[in-house]
Amino acid sequence: MRGLSVFNIVSLTLGFAFLYIPMVILVVYSFNESKLVTVWAGFSTKWYGEVIRNEAFLDAAWVTVRVAFFSATLATVLGTMAALAMMRRGAFVGRTLFSGMIYAPLVMPEVITGLSLLLLFIAIGLDRGVVTIILAHTTFAMCYVSVVVSSRLVSFDQSLEEAALDLGCTPFQAFWSVTLPIIAPAVIAGWLLAFTLSLDDLVIASFTAGPSATTLPIKIFSSVRLGVSPEINALSTIIIAIVTVGVLVASVVSKRQIAAARRDEVLAARA
Amino acid sequence: MVNELGFAPWDDPGAAPLIRIERVSKRFGDFAAIDDLTLDIYPREFFALLGPSGCGKTTLMRMLAGFEAPSAGGLVIDGQDMAGVAPNKRAVNMMFQSYALFPHLSVWDNIAFGLKRDRMAKPAIADRVDEMLKLVQLDGFARRKPHQISGGQRQRVALARSLAKAPKLLLLDEPLGALDKKLREETQFELMEIQEQTGTTFVIVTHDQEEAMTVASRVAVMEAGRLVQVDTPDRIYEQPNSVYVADFIGDVNLIEGRVGALGDTVRLDWAEGRSLTGQAGGALTPGAAATLVIRPEKIAIARDEPTEANRVRGKILDIGYLGNLSTYHVALPEGPVVKCSVTNRSRLSRRDFTWDDEVWVSWSDTAGLVLGA
Repeated sequence: MRGLSVFNIVSLTLGFAFLYIPMVILVVYSFNESKLVTVWAGFSTKWYGEVIRNEAFLDAAWVTVRVAFFSATLATVLGTMAALAMMRRGAFVGRTLFSGMIYAPLVMPEVITGLSLLLLFIAIGLDRGVVTIILAHTTFAMCYVSVVVSSRLVSFDQSLEEAALDLGCTPFQAFWSVTLPIIAPAVIAGWLLAFTLSLDDLVIASFTAGPSATTLPIKIFSSVRLGVSPEINALSTIIIAIVTVGVLVASVVSKRQIAAARRDEVLAARA
Repeated sequence: MVNELGFAPWDDPGAAPLIRIERVSKRFGDFAAIDDLTLDIYPREFFALLGPSGCGKTTLMRMLAGFEAPSAGGLVIDGQDMAGVAPNKRAVNMMFQSYALFPHLSVWDNIAFGLKRDRMAKPAIADRVDEMLKLVQLDGFARRKPHQISGGQRQRVALARSLAKAPKLLLLDEPLGALDKKLREETQFELMEIQEQTGTTFVIVTHDQEEAMTVASRVAVMEAGRLVQVDTPDRIYEQPNSVYVADFIGDVNLIEGRVGALGDTVRLDWAEGRSLTGQAGGALTPGAAATLVIRPEKIAIARDEPTEANRVRGKILDIGYLGNLSTYHVALPEGPVVKCSVTNRSRLSRRDFTWDDEVWVSWSDTAGLVLGA
């Protein structure tokens, strides 16, 4: 193995420092005894206790998870259907327009998406709350799902579905027993992406949330406006920990899959 | 092979065809992929659709499977009109060029897939799958996934899966295209054996003329959505009905000229004061343009003037050594180059002829065929 040159070491250090110093500070100060964020007064975990006892935070977290779950599920169903329609049905009238329109919300400023949804909900007289946030998140997340699923469908061998029809499946059975299991990794990836986007969203949620429901990002943002408290640091550290565990699990799983694929190749070569 | 056993339902006016294709056309926009095509295929036939890419052979096969609907004309399989019948409602199965094995299912489940759709009892499915695995000699591989077996084994799984439902008609779309030459040749004979064992009617699409000749009881040569000739492999080779078929199948010499005297054989005037004789392949009128079609293996090469009906003198331009044969390209002073192939029957590397030698090439008056242009 070759060693790293001085230049490599410096650039690595700078890069990682740029990325992680803000988070390290946040984590360190979450264990601060003092109520003042910028003054170190010894190690303590009391703010974690405060967070767990804070009903408002817990409520917001629960709302966020529910919203993310339902909007990701809805967006996955709709986005997958849109991707199938665009990739599979060949040329149909308005296909270019349709595919353009499905990707447009990806580049639309969130403020505009949020505002237009707010106007819609007011116009149809829908009270703002969990339902409106779910609808709003579904709207923008389904575009992402459809992009992810479409990219998988590009390399999907159409004859697999034809083979299923040929062997006696109805078109729906062919989709359910052949197409869906094969594109499942992309559909799951789309769901996870939609889930993450929903967890993360502040702008659209703040337009469409009502007094009856507040998501965690809104809650954090509004508390910070009154001053950063060590409690927020503790909450953020918990979120960082959850995300880190998630990423580690995902990378271990994918490494195992690559190893399994290698074993299969060896098996096929020997067969 | 089948022919030698006297299997020839197409010559029997009383035989009922399994497939009737009647004046079928298929248009994609302005392009006619199939153009007013009529064809009967009989039970237990191994029928080959042969032609260059884009000739419509795959479209015709997809219409039989039900993936495309004819723009005009009728399609009858086993007495049933196929108009509006979905692929899953046809007693027809297809083996796909890509094999289309379901990657998320094991070999066993791939073969059982179609049987499960038929709501067959579980023990019956297991028996049938085992039978199919034995048929294609894959007994030990039932639990493997498609990506855990070799290309040749995948091809067998695809075959077993498409035969599992005991279809009346099996369609094979370039089934051996992905295999290397040696494995392809072995598999051709296996396919023929399986076809005979199961008694299923096979329709194979291929662009490989050797493959079509080897496996098929009859071959249909297609060009631009039409059938040019439908015949047994030996007749396709020895009695082509057009220059197109002669040129598409195997190696051939084409000598152009005008029809001279007509009799038992035909005289073709091909150069100033020079003529050749051959058998008439179809109706000819004296004076009309025609082509003498002669296969390289029917031509002899000699240093001294031979006595055969057709003999011309030329100079060796090129020699191709293929191991089993050598091909000599002899340039005639009148212009054409005649290819002549000689079996290398002795291992001795004695060369009778070499480059630039003056030689005679000759063939009998029945060896060549004169076809109208």
